[in-house]
Amino acid sequence: MRRWNVLPLLILALFFVVASLPFRAHAIEPGEALEDAGLEARARDIGRQLRCLVCQNQSIDDSDAPLARDLRRLVRKRLVAGDTDRDAIAYIHARYGDFVLLRPPVDERTWLLWFGPAAALFVTLLFLLWRLRRPRAISPVEALSVEDAARADVLLGDGGDEP
Amino acid sequence: MTAEIGHFALIVAAILALGQSILPMAGAARRHGALMSLGNTLATGQFVFVLIAFCALTWAFVASDFSVANVVQNSHSGKPLLYKITGVWGNHEGSMVLWCLILSLFGACVAWFGSNVSPGLRARAISVQGMIGLAFLAFVLLTSNPFDRVNPMPPDGRGLNPILQDPGLAFHPPLLYLGYVGFSVTFSFAIAALLEGRVDASWGRWVRPWALAAWSFLTLGIALGSWWAYYELGWGGFWFWDPVENASFMPWLVGTALLHSAIVAEKRDALKSWSILLAILTFSLSLLGTFLVRSGVLTSVHTFATDPERGLFILAILAVAIGGALLLYAWRAPTLKGGGLFRPVSREGALILNNLLMTVAALTVLFGTLYPLVVDALGLGKISVGPPYFNATFVPLMAPMILAMGVAPFLPWKRADLLGAFDRLKLIAGVAVALAAAVAFVEDRHSFAAALGLGLAAWLIGAAAWEIAGRIRLFRAPPGESLRRAAAMPRSALGMTVAHAAAGVVVAGITASGVWQTEVIRTMKPGDRADVAGYTIGFAGVREVRVGNYLARRGHFIVSEGGVAVDALWPEKRVYLPQRMPTTEAAIRTTLFADLYVVLGDPDGKGGHAVRLYHNPLVPWIWIGAVFMFLGGMISLTDRRHRVGAPRRSARPASARPSEA
Repeated sequence: MRRWNVLPLLILALFFVVASLPFRAHAIEPGEALEDAGLEARARDIGRQLRCLVCQNQSIDDSDAPLARDLRRLVRKRLVAGDTDRDAIAYIHARYGDFVLLRPPVDERTWLLWFGPAAALFVTLLFLLWRLRRPRAISPVEALSVEDAARADVLLGDGGDEP
Repeated sequence: MTAEIGHFALIVAAILALGQSILPMAGAARRHGALMSLGNTLATGQFVFVLIAFCALTWAFVASDFSVANVVQNSHSGKPLLYKITGVWGNHEGSMVLWCLILSLFGACVAWFGSNVSPGLRARAISVQGMIGLAFLAFVLLTSNPFDRVNPMPPDGRGLNPILQDPGLAFHPPLLYLGYVGFSVTFSFAIAALLEGRVDASWGRWVRPWALAAWSFLTLGIALGSWWAYYELGWGGFWFWDPVENASFMPWLVGTALLHSAIVAEKRDALKSWSILLAILTFSLSLLGTFLVRSGVLTSVHTFATDPERGLFILAILAVAIGGALLLYAWRAPTLKGGGLFRPVSREGALILNNLLMTVAALTVLFGTLYPLVVDALGLGKISVGPPYFNATFVPLMAPMILAMGVAPFLPWKRADLLGAFDRLKLIAGVAVALAAAVAFVEDRHSFAAALGLGLAAWLIGAAAWEIAGRIRLFRAPPGESLRRAAAMPRSALGMTVAHAAAGVVVAGITASGVWQTEVIRTMKPGDRADVAGYTIGFAGVREVRVGNYLARRGHFIVSEGGVAVDALWPEKRVYLPQRMPTTEAAIRTTLFADLYVVLGDPDGKGGHAVRLYHNPLVPWIWIGAVFMFLGGMISLTDRRHRVGAPRRSARPASARPSEA
């Protein structure tokens, strides 16, 4: 029972428990913010798209873990150095891997994730339209059995005045 | 002794559940009336014995019986009485006993209030309910016994996780379980109908009140959890697309679809096989949520145990329940006959659109929640799926949904005139578009999101108000006549309209608080002032206090508006004894249109304190809206036609058309 190799995640999960013991405290500290309000707004936006790698499920913008703070400073440093948002994210991505991106990259692994639901929606929609447009033969009405007729009487007795 | 009584009661309950799973089913197969009605007695018995076990466990917590291991690990003699009681379900074992209690309660409710259901269907449903009960009672008894003793007995307990010592979280699990587990009844009815091989319009009629009750409680449970996150986690967020949140949100989404498809099944005798599938899926997602949270695959404050054996047990329950149900469905559903015909543009069509969008939304959440696990298990690396993904996929699904929600109540069954319906709503549409345009014009940042969200909210609330106004002929008939019409409105129609408008209120709250939050983060010394959204907040100082089972640094802030002090706020940083675990308590001043939210941070060692000040416009609307959605469900539940007991003959003709706006 203990060797449940489908889920090596358990170990990861345990690691997260330990790592996140100071439970969800809060985010960005005074003095971190950039003077330039425009740059700071961009830094916050980027911060919300990057994962705090040692936290449970928090962006670096939400976490008060030291790593998150370092990443926030790094993002701001890159922005001050003139990076675009995309460049700054790519810079972090290159160093910390896919795991840091809260918006997963679109590649062959994630096609199903990104396009699966939309594909399901459109296929079902097309199917439904096809089904509903197709003229259907009206099925002959079967005579009710005595038992069913009695049940119908009971049920209809309540009236169906709700729209 | 109490612990042994509790343990024994659980065993008796499991034996009764075994009988409940077999006897009524056999009775239904042989049309043996006595065997079928024996199910009712067994269901009641199962409930009574689980209740005894639950009371025994509660007694062990209240009396601080530290010879019980579970009490030692999760309670403390110095804890307030309220949290001794809520501590019963603030741990894995106890929360599973609560799960069984609520499950057996719903089973018993079918026995007590199901007299209008055909005996065969009811017996089979009770039997399925017994099987689920047996599985979970066995889970508790074999892997999670809350009554294990500890020897030698320690002098005191280790205390409850301080995060759980909060009124919001204390009642979050029972409400959530009433929702989650409530969907077991619709599941049981679906399986019973498949076994019986016959689904008629009355199936939809029997299932609707159960789906409605479960949905209402789930709505309230999710809202309570999100409210707690908002005031407890300390930065004004309320929904994080956290896997455990998603675990409760998926059954809600599919349950919402079920609620709507069951209407079509009842009224039009169509979508029956689809409704059955939704009933199966809703409870399957509840089970999946239980697995995700309880197995430790996902870790969070909700996860009390990370024990692979338990995870495997629930996985087995999951596999048998979902696999069995879907196999049965695949086998039997093709034999179900479809009913009423309708055109794509019709009330049926609108309800199908709701179903489609809700189901795809649930699929999106499911993918987003499980994808990182799957990718990792397949050795394809580690990816994260976070809020940017959910926002990008969820909003495009909800926008058309809300548009349709506004107009759907104006569409008649079978065949509708969409342009005509929009024509009747042109005033509302005009107001919504004007509001969206005004927002887009005034606001510079995130203006598209703000305009879209608030425009949709106005559309939804306006359309709901317009619908009621039309029904009661407001201003077009004498006030007395309008009042009489309002009183005579079918409760289910009124409940629907209330819930739809409430959804609009929630959308407005989510949009405005997301787009227009103001935030000030700075170091403040006593005497400092900060300006936030028209308020001036003065920091008066910090003092240490000891209250009950925690120590706190309590900040004192004075809120003034236009130079006049209007309020004082007292945010705290607490350290709970005996675990020495810190928590943050935000102080909130609400006007119902906006919250002023103050968080005290750590001292900087130079006499200053990190302070976070937020102004969150319309954020209370999220929970006000959720409460009204719950009330809408409750109003609908009081509809005469859902009422238990013998149906009565209507005084009015049964031909009232839905389009009489």
